[in-house]
Amino acid sequence: MSNIPEGLRYTETHEWIKDLGNGEYMMGLTSYAQEQMGEIVMVEFPGIQDFTSGDVLGTLEAVKTAEDFYAPFDCKVVRVNDGLEDEPALINESSYEKGWLIVVKTDDPSGFAGLKSAEEYSEFIGE
Amino acid sequence: MDKKTALHDKHVDLGGRMESFAGHIMPIKYTSVKEEHNAVRSGVGIFDLSHMGEFRVKGKDAAKYLDYILTNDSDVEPGKAYYSTMCYPDGGIVDDLIVYRIGPDEYLIIVNASNIEKDWAWVNNHTAGYSIDLTNESDETALIAIQGPDAEKVAQKLTDEKLMEIGYYAHTSGVFAGKKALIARTGYTGEDGFEIYIKFEDAEAVWDAVMEAGSEFGIKPVGLGARDTLRLEVGYLLYGNDMDHTTTPMEARLGWVVKLKTDKEFIGREVMARQKEEKPARYIVGLEVLGKGFPRQGAELFEGNRKVGVVTSGSLAPTLGHGVCLAFVEKGFHKKGTELEAEVRGKRIPVKTVKLPFYKDGSRK
Repeated sequence: MSNIPEGLRYTETHEWIKDLGNGEYMMGLTSYAQEQMGEIVMVEFPGIQDFTSGDVLGTLEAVKTAEDFYAPFDCKVVRVNDGLEDEPALINESSYEKGWLIVVKTDDPSGFAGLKSAEEYSEFIGE
Repeated sequence: MDKKTALHDKHVDLGGRMESFAGHIMPIKYTSVKEEHNAVRSGVGIFDLSHMGEFRVKGKDAAKYLDYILTNDSDVEPGKAYYSTMCYPDGGIVDDLIVYRIGPDEYLIIVNASNIEKDWAWVNNHTAGYSIDLTNESDETALIAIQGPDAEKVAQKLTDEKLMEIGYYAHTSGVFAGKKALIARTGYTGEDGFEIYIKFEDAEAVWDAVMEAGSEFGIKPVGLGARDTLRLEVGYLLYGNDMDHTTTPMEARLGWVVKLKTDKEFIGREVMARQKEEKPARYIVGLEVLGKGFPRQGAELFEGNRKVGVVTSGSLAPTLGHGVCLAFVEKGFHKKGTELEAEVRGKRIPVKTVKLPFYKDGSRK
C-alpha cells in the first residue's frame, strides 16, 4: 500500500497539494507516483510566473521515463525547491517532505477544495 | 520463463530490484543508479554479468573460421583479446562481441545476452569446411566484473596471478578466490577493471570473496541501470540501441574492427569495402545536451524543420551532470560542433555533436 497522508489534497496527475495558509499551497509528487517512475535524476522547474489550471509546470526526469507536472488550478509559482537541483532523489526518498517541488499562490480557494481527498486518491489508484 | 543467474539469491538479499532483461532476471539497481555509478567512477563496484553468452571455438581451423565470421582480425597472441562485430552479408550487424584467444587453436567468444540464441544459430550455420568444435557454455558459466580505479587492489587480494602484468584487453587462466577462472582485464565502464569467468557453481563463493576483499575500499554491488549510464558516458555502443541488423560497422564508427587492410575474406566484406570508399549516408555521433532535460532513445533530431537524425541512447550523465546521447545523424550533420535540436514531448532541446568519450577521465588502462 502506498503512503497517502490524510489532510493533503491530490490530483489525477499524481501531485499532492498542501494548504500552507495565506493562499499559499505546497505541491509535490505522490509516493505512489515516485515509486512508479523509479529513480528521479533531474527536475525542470517553472519560472516564477502565473499559470492556468492544467498548464505544464515542469518535468521530472527518471532513469527510464519522464513525466510533466501540472498546475492544479490557476496560480502563481512563488518558490521552487532548490535542494532538488543537487539531490533530485529526495523526491523518491521523502516525497511528502524534503522532496516537495514548488509553492504556488492563489486568491481562490475553490480549486484546492475541489481536489481529491486521501481516500478518493487511494481509490483512484486502485488501492 | 526468465533464467536466474547463479547469484540470484545474493541480489535479492542485497535488496536488488530484479527485472526481466534479455531472458534473465537481473538486478537493475540495489540502492540508486547514481550511487552505484559513482562507486565505479571513484572506487570499485561488483557486477553480475552472468546473463552474457559464452561460446568456445576449438580446433585447428579456429582462427580461420573466426576470421570468416567476424569482421576483426583473429591474429592476436594467446592471452590477448579483441573486440569485433559479426555481420550479415549486407553489412548489418548480427552482434558485437569480445573474443579471448585462449591458445593457438582455442578462442572464447562473449556475446550479448539478448542475442545468444540468434548468434548460436548463426555461428553454427557457417562451420562447413572448417575443422572446429563449437560449445555453447552460456548456462554453465558465471561472469563477475570488478570495475573501478580500485579494482586491481581488490582483485589482487584473491589471486596469485600478477595482475599488474595483465594489460588492457589481456587475460590469463588461473585460480581466483580458490576457483578456476579466466581473469580478463576488460570491461564496459571506462574504468580499469576485471571480468572473471567462472563456473556457475563457483559464482556465490567468488562473489562473497570479492565483496569481502572489497569492503575496505567500500565496494558496492552495481546493477544494470548504472552499467548503462557508465557505458554511455564513455560512448560505448549497446547492441539493440545504437546498432542492430540495419546498421553497419562503418555507420556505427566501428571501421577500426573491420579488417579491410588484410586480404582475408569475411562475411560482409564487399559492402563494407564499398561503404568505406563511398562513405556511409549516416553516422553515430555523441551529442551533448545544452539545455535542461535529456532526449531518450527514439527522440528525433532536427536542424530547423528538417529531420536529420534520431537518438539511439540518451541519459543524464551522472558524472558530468548534464544529458548525453548517442544518435544517428545524416552525413553532413555529424561533424564535431554541429548544433541540432532534439524533440522531446513537443519541446525542442538544443544539443551539439561532440567528440567521444563524453567522460574523459576514466582509469581504464
